[in-house]
Amino acid sequence: MSIVTVQLGQCGNQIGGEVFNGICSDGRGTHGLCSKKENESYYDACKERFFWEEKSKVPVARAVLVDMEPKVISQTLSMAARSGYWKYDDRAHFCQKQGSGNNWANGYSVHGPKHKEVIMNLVQKEAEKCDRLSGFLTIMSLAGGTGSGLGAFVTQCLRDAFPTSFILNHVIWPYGTGEVIVQNYNSVLTLSHLYQSSDALLVHENDVVHKICAQLMNIKQISFRDANQVIAHQLGSVFQPTYTAEGGLHYSRNPLGDLMETLVPHPEFKMLGLRNIPQMPENSLAYSTFSWPGLIKHLRQMLIANAKMEEGIDWQVRPPCLGSSVPSSHSTNKPLHFNTSIANLVILRGKDTQSVDLGSFRDPSLYTSWLNPQDAFNAWKTPRAFNKYEKSASLVSNLLKPLDDVVGKAWNMFASKAYVHQYTKFGIEEEDFLDSFAALEQVISSYTNL
Amino acid sequence: KGIYDEALSSFFRNIDTRSGGDGPDIYKGKICSLKARALLIDMEEGVVNEILQGPLRDVFDSKQLITDVSGSGNNWAVGHKLYGCQYRENIVEKLRKTAEHCDCLQCFFIIHSMGGGTGSGLGTFVLNLLEDEFPEVYRFVTSVYPSGEDDVITSPYNSVLAMKELNEHADCVLPIENESLFDIVNKIHQMINSGKLGSTVKQSSLVTCSAGSGKTVQEKPFDAMNNIVANLLLNSARFEGSLNMDLNEISMNLVPFPRLHYLVSSLTPLYTLADVNVPPRRLDQMFSDAFSRDHQLIQADPKHSLYLACALLVRGNVQVSDLRRNIERLKPSLHFVSWNQEGWKTGLCSVPPVGHSHSLLALANNTCVKPTFIELKDRFMKLYKKKAHLHHYLHVDGMEQSCFSEAISSLSDLIEEYNELDATKGGPRTDPSRLKIAV
Repeated sequence: MSIVTVQLGQCGNQIGGEVFNGICSDGRGTHGLCSKKENESYYDACKERFFWEEKSKVPVARAVLVDMEPKVISQTLSMAARSGYWKYDDRAHFCQKQGSGNNWANGYSVHGPKHKEVIMNLVQKEAEKCDRLSGFLTIMSLAGGTGSGLGAFVTQCLRDAFPTSFILNHVIWPYGTGEVIVQNYNSVLTLSHLYQSSDALLVHENDVVHKICAQLMNIKQISFRDANQVIAHQLGSVFQPTYTAEGGLHYSRNPLGDLMETLVPHPEFKMLGLRNIPQMPENSLAYSTFSWPGLIKHLRQMLIANAKMEEGIDWQVRPPCLGSSVPSSHSTNKPLHFNTSIANLVILRGKDTQSVDLGSFRDPSLYTSWLNPQDAFNAWKTPRAFNKYEKSASLVSNLLKPLDDVVGKAWNMFASKAYVHQYTKFGIEEEDFLDSFAALEQVISSYTNL
Repeated sequence: KGIYDEALSSFFRNIDTRSGGDGPDIYKGKICSLKARALLIDMEEGVVNEILQGPLRDVFDSKQLITDVSGSGNNWAVGHKLYGCQYRENIVEKLRKTAEHCDCLQCFFIIHSMGGGTGSGLGTFVLNLLEDEFPEVYRFVTSVYPSGEDDVITSPYNSVLAMKELNEHADCVLPIENESLFDIVNKIHQMINSGKLGSTVKQSSLVTCSAGSGKTVQEKPFDAMNNIVANLLLNSARFEGSLNMDLNEISMNLVPFPRLHYLVSSLTPLYTLADVNVPPRRLDQMFSDAFSRDHQLIQADPKHSLYLACALLVRGNVQVSDLRRNIERLKPSLHFVSWNQEGWKTGLCSVPPVGHSHSLLALANNTCVKPTFIELKDRFMKLYKKKAHLHHYLHVDGMEQSCFSEAISSLSDLIEEYNELDATKGGPRTDPSRLKIAV
């Protein structure tokens, strides 16, 4: 089954380009880590998911590119074509000239309705090219105007037009110290709307990715391209073909469905986070060896200590003992220090995955009491190594993101009514803000009361 | 390169003049004849004529000029009421023509001075006109404010009358003071002439130079000063980068309340030293300079006042990590309003300006504009109390005493809004309580 990707705004398009690039380059080459025959079925499965092929031509990404200004789309299209190994469909994009001005209301209430037909036609065309459609992946940022506002509108349209398909929003959480001054407003409005229409939100935080680039990848002058490549690697580790059944020999046919089934048991809890180890500069790979027990141990502690990357993990933190009362927090606004998971999914790629012991992840103290750890935890294991890493492990978790922080800052700003006139100008009223705040406070409350 | 591209097309049309005269527009490909998307308006001919005889004569279309002979006599009322009325239709027609040639009209730049009669009076009349005729298009105004020793006696009147219009009809105003431009020009002058070892300045990098101009700073000081302003505006051209920043984003992020739309601007570096490679320390110095008092284009010190919002547009070989590092570094010494503690808007453009490897434009919505306005008000009141020169204004048709009282009242209200904000500076922060959800 295939996934249609909708790339929205500058961020969405820049990342999308790196994602397809990464997926294609991983799928095509064996990198000395598997046999050519093994690779054939992997590459075929990968192509079915993300590309369609015209006879004897390069694979064409199953994607629609949308932006309200032309520069980024044109760069993304030409970067793909230059690679020589894949490209975008020349007609599968839509752009305008004037941008959205970082204004969610402009993206949602003005550009959305105005361009709905054209955009949905492009999506329909891509959907029809799929033999079987698994669902949609949208890539967008929360801080700007197009990815966030138009992205929220398009997600709604996708839900209306494809009621039985899965929708996963990949959202980029902006840096804490601002890239856009109204980013907290835009984030609050986007998240509350996406929550209503989509099946799950997979979050990448710029601050975390930045740290990975600095501390793990040793990049001195970090560019957005570097950050996007880390993100693309992490996404690839989840979306590239895997075996899902224990001891299975076929790649899963329904990637999005499988993801939702394992991670989103209840519609109130849709926030997903991703951790992937190991992560290091490519030229260090040849000199490093990893053991599965080591990787699993680190990954588990990263989950428990809420560490986002492999450095600086606090090994003192332990999950609360079963049966004891969970310690209450001192301040009413802060969520509990230990993040209880709704669900966890571990994806292992590389040699000897079959023998890996994942019992430590089935510890009931990691999970909320109303779910059986057998249901709350799943593992997918694939012998085919990923992206030149001999062994690679990913953890997708359903738990609270830094939502509280963003809602707090947005609320603070809203109380002084700053910038609100910029939104009311395009039809988003104070009431709409309040509705969004209420919806997100509900989500925060649900997660913290686990 | 001779190619007419997106960046050029934001400010110029490309016209096919090969068969003599004005042909159709060429949208892509080689440059044939560039024509500025501009309207030049002056009620006397001297300046416009000089432009039409200079190196830019082919860039300005003679059909886009509106001139008269007698000038406005440094009288806002003459510019606004008399000439406004007289030239209204002409201006609207020419504006419509220029707008028709645009694929997507995003904004109007108005460039004028506040102290005189035409720029101030007719200029603000045009501002009103733009709001009426093109209500959805942003109006950015670059206003040159008179200095204390301005030789136009009535400049306080003209400025305050114009301020009311800017308060009510502009989306964004970038005030500029001649004093600041002059100081910057002098600084550069000293640098060039200091003869210090290792301090040879790259001529093409001077923010006071237009490319190809052979003139030195001493000969034409206003030219040098005006080049600074030109560089300021060029930074908004639509070059590509990893984090694009657009004009409408500036308005969105920097204007939290409709009337507080005055932005303090600074440009760095002012010059580049030749023969010197740029280590990161120099890059960081560029950021520090952007916040220093002597790089601002008005007489103001943003570091000691309150920031409502700040935007940084970096051009050249600068990456997001350099930007973040410097924001982290400078943040602690800056005061931000309580509801916008992380109020930064950033843009990264990969194309540097001519002669530089990188540059930075900082735009701040900061209460440090207040002293400029207070001084303006004081100078106005000095004249107004004695009713000096009022009759020159009042005998213009449509001009009444109430225009003056409304104008000064508008300015006072604006100053009061800044006062209220300043009062919150350094005070205790009480975050408003959040919405409670019934469990």
